[in-house]
Amino acid sequence: MNDSQPTLSVQNLETHFFTKEGVAKAVNGVSFDIAKGEIMGLVGESGSGKSVTGFSIIGLVDPPGEVVGGKVLFNGEDLVQAGEERMRQLRGNRVAMIFQDPMMTLNPVLRVDTQMIETVLAHDKSVSKDEARQRSRDALGQVGIPSPDERLKAYPHQFSGGMRQRVAIAIALLNKPDVIIADEPTTALDVTIQGQILYEAQKLCRETGTALIWITHDLAVVAGLADRISVMYAGRVVEQGKLDDVLDHPVHPYTVGLLGSVPGHNTRGQRLFQIPGMTPSLLKLPPGCAFQERCPRVDGACEADPGITHPVDGRNVRCFHPHLEEAAQ
Amino acid sequence: MTAMLEVKDLTKNFVKRLDMAGKIAQKLGSSIREEVVHAVDTASFTVDKGEVVGLVGESGCGKSTLGRMIAGILPPTAGQISFKGVEFTSMTQEEGDAAALAIQMIFQDPFASLNPRMRVEEIIGEAPVIHGMTTMQEKANYVGETMERVGLGREYSRRYPHQFSGGQRQRIGIARALAVQPEFLVCDEAIAALDVSIQAQVINLFMDLRTDLDLTYLFISHDLSVVEHISDRLVIMYLGRIVETAPTDELFDKPNHPYTSALLNEVPRLDHRGIDYEPVSGEIPSPLDPPPGCHFHPRCPHAMDRCKAEIPVLREIAPGRLSACHLNDG
Amino acid sequence: MNTIAEQVAPIAAASEVKVETPFRRFCTAFLDSKVATTALIVLGILIFMALFAPLISPTNPYDLAVVSILDSKMPPGTKSLDGVTFLLGTDGAGRDLVSAMIYGLRISLGVGVMSGIFAMAIGATVGLIAAYFGGRTENIIMRIVDIQLSFPAILVALILLAILGKGVDKITIALIIVQWAYYARTVRGSALVERNKEYIEAATCLAIGHRRILFRHLLPNCLPPLIVVGTIQTAHAISLEATLSFLGVGLPVSEPSLGLLISNGFDYMLSGKYWISFFPGIALLITIVSINLVGDQLRDVLNPRLDR
Ligand SMILES: Nc1ncnc2c1ncn2[C@@H]1O[C@H](COP(=O)(O)OP(=O)(O)OP(=O)(O)O)[C@@H](O)[C@H]1O
Ligand SMILES: Nc1ncnc2c1ncn2[C@@H]1O[C@H](COP(=O)(O)OP(=O)(O)O)[C@@H](O)[C@H]1O
Ligand code: SF4
Ligand code: SF4
Ligand SMILES: [Mg+2]
Ligand SMILES: [Mg+2]
Repeated sequence: MNDSQPTLSVQNLETHFFTKEGVAKAVNGVSFDIAKGEIMGLVGESGSGKSVTGFSIIGLVDPPGEVVGGKVLFNGEDLVQAGEERMRQLRGNRVAMIFQDPMMTLNPVLRVDTQMIETVLAHDKSVSKDEARQRSRDALGQVGIPSPDERLKAYPHQFSGGMRQRVAIAIALLNKPDVIIADEPTTALDVTIQGQILYEAQKLCRETGTALIWITHDLAVVAGLADRISVMYAGRVVEQGKLDDVLDHPVHPYTVGLLGSVPGHNTRGQRLFQIPGMTPSLLKLPPGCAFQERCPRVDGACEADPGITHPVDGRNVRCFHPHLEEAAQ
Repeated sequence: MTAMLEVKDLTKNFVKRLDMAGKIAQKLGSSIREEVVHAVDTASFTVDKGEVVGLVGESGCGKSTLGRMIAGILPPTAGQISFKGVEFTSMTQEEGDAAALAIQMIFQDPFASLNPRMRVEEIIGEAPVIHGMTTMQEKANYVGETMERVGLGREYSRRYPHQFSGGQRQRIGIARALAVQPEFLVCDEAIAALDVSIQAQVINLFMDLRTDLDLTYLFISHDLSVVEHISDRLVIMYLGRIVETAPTDELFDKPNHPYTSALLNEVPRLDHRGIDYEPVSGEIPSPLDPPPGCHFHPRCPHAMDRCKAEIPVLREIAPGRLSACHLNDG
Repeated sequence: MNTIAEQVAPIAAASEVKVETPFRRFCTAFLDSKVATTALIVLGILIFMALFAPLISPTNPYDLAVVSILDSKMPPGTKSLDGVTFLLGTDGAGRDLVSAMIYGLRISLGVGVMSGIFAMAIGATVGLIAAYFGGRTENIIMRIVDIQLSFPAILVALILLAILGKGVDKITIALIIVQWAYYARTVRGSALVERNKEYIEAATCLAIGHRRILFRHLLPNCLPPLIVVGTIQTAHAISLEATLSFLGVGLPVSEPSLGLLISNGFDYMLSGKYWISFFPGIALLITIVSINLVGDQLRDVLNPRLDR
């Protein structure tokens, strides 16, 4: 992509939660750019700050959380500074989010058609009501909901969990927004339905140039879908680059460990590589690199904060001792 | 040699009974009917001693239900389960108790599967004391040894479950099962709720226990990579029926049943990059109202007229391989 | 290759948490509210007074040697003939009102708490059995509960007392009968949720007997709502007993509870001798309000949906 300006540019974003037990730096200096039509996979383990990054971008961080620093440039406009009024205009319209919990999108007391038609009309007043209904119907069909005509008249509670998620996805796709942030939308779904959703997402990006952030902990899903990948650990993006580059030649010790621990074709009967220990509590992070307690390459240098470096072309890495041997191969 | 576990024509139906309003509506001529889910439909397979058999299928296809029946948590609607050659219902009380303890289950949810109001010591030590595997005096030591076996320090035995991480909690669940000295473990999505880096730790633990304690596993999962890594043989389910069983390598190399092929294609894998996704062809059936004949026919690219009417039987297509598809009839 | 134990242990040791029991967490959360803490202290004092009534109360209102009809209906602050000050005055029988109230509190609280405990034990057992075994057992039990709950409690109690007659034991029995169904319904509700959790399945799989699963596994996890309902029902029981006594059924005149004291003084209300009813009324109010405040805070703290 050579577009001079990325659709979305997140710069040094910081979101902290001010809890009773202390300040949790859920997002701690996250930066990335996404161009038109690009799909970025945001991967990381539970609690690494993926969802909070998504919420911060669309301005939905609830107290005790607060975006305390950085910029979110959407077509050049800083969303962190934008007022609530402006955000409401953009949300669901130019910037949409699919939540981990579909009930965050759906209103339990309104019928699905009411909600979908409203969404269409909020975006484009010139559309007739029938046209809006037709579009909603098609959107439901696209995400694999059988007999969409009847389903339009149902209330959210009449759907199964997986179907609710699909309705939420259909609503997000309705207005063909410029940016979609999808937070683990397929985790609760069957592989077949997941395939259908991935197909729709991919089509949307290719046809309308929507930029997509796909949040997941499942590296395999990202492998099939994304162009680029950002790996988060304890509130930071520790490695970022082109999908194939990162998956084939990871350089950050965490990425290396993570990929090594995924069972695959030729691992049968062998012991899997395992990253020792567990994810640290955000309230008790050691000074310096957050991965140091689990890192096989740790030394004294790691007690300082690793800044972003580019040990390989087109790669952003936060580590003092990246695995350059492997990347060189 | 008799198989360690043999399941024959095992069936489980869940009936959703009508409430009062429904009954009245029915009397008044409404088409409301009791809903019957055929969660497991005449499933048959065997597991040999020391084997790891993977049970794979989409969510809702009946994997957990099958696992629960084998673990003795759910009574089957029909069919037989034999353990070491003896059928469950023909066992004496003593044999039954022994079999019940010999087959243990590891659960999916590391939160819900541990009693939040018991200390770890009590969670792990309760059953072995009841069944006389240890005594009240020996309990602390017995629990400590079991905890160390699964990689937990014995100094944590006085803690409550909420004081552990997901991976550690899963280890407690494994320790609880191991404490009654089982021979057969049913692992129902036992690592699905864990983080990737923790999954590897638990998978390794399962493999170590297998060699150390000579365990046999039924490993239920929807994650093909995990199943491929750990299993010797696979059983594939679709909408309550077993459609194919085969040794892992053969199944991945040459799937026989069209559903197996579809599954292998659709499941995301780390080495499948830049996929051009395709829309699902045909309607996705509901387990409440499965299609007649072969359940897979609405989505099967090879479906014939016969498939819509006649249920294909699971039969041997090569040594050690079974499949339920009319295509195999030549 | 290092073992898993070695890899896990250092991390766990590094995050050395002080062993925080659920009970300790609960206490911190409860004491968070000033109102509830105050109510708890007041309730503590009331219970203390009720328990040690004979030691605390200035006179023994049942001791006919001390009580003199000549002292009847004295206003607050008057001195008796033998020099004792009646802080809150005396009632129609010449009893020191402070003493009568302390003894009345003893009866009111005693009846409320005893009936609450028994009703809870019966209701919880029945509710647990219904939820755990399900099917026909559950249907029968829950129909009985529904029928019981569809009659107003006061009506059922009145009928029962008409049959049983007067007495502390009789009214306690009547209150147990009208209350157990509330407990049964509450416990069944939470037990239905708990029994489908995997830890119950695990217990089944470990061949732990039904009785043990019911009382060691299921019951402790249904306790929070039970405790909440317990406090609030106890307050109900106390006011129900007061109502019944006020209506003249339930307790004999010789054992006056707060309700009976109010009732006894009510006749004098219009003739300006307000204190005979008024002070027992205030005492009853404080008792019920403080129990309810404690109950409300318990509900907030124990509500899993507000889990922190
Ligand atoms: N309302 C909140 N109050 C306090 N801390 C919070 C709150 N919401 C999130 N956090 C913290 O922020 C961190 C990041 O959370 P986030 O939800 O982004 O994780 P995630 O990467 O999306 O994980 P998952 O894969 O489990 O969804 C976590 O440590 C979490 O505990
Ligand atoms: N207790 C139950 N009552 C009613 N239906 C159930 C019950 N348990 C499972 N089912 C149904 O049985 C089918 C198979 O469920 P399950 O065995 O849990 O599937 P899996 O483990 O493969 O995801 C599903 O359609 C599910 O809704
Ligand atoms: S900075 Fe140091 S501790 Fe952190 S990942 Fe790199 S080598 Fe490991
Ligand atoms: S039996 Fe027919 S429909 Fe079923 S899988 Fe075989 S060919 Fe396809
Ligand atoms: Mg999340
Ligand atoms: Mg399941």
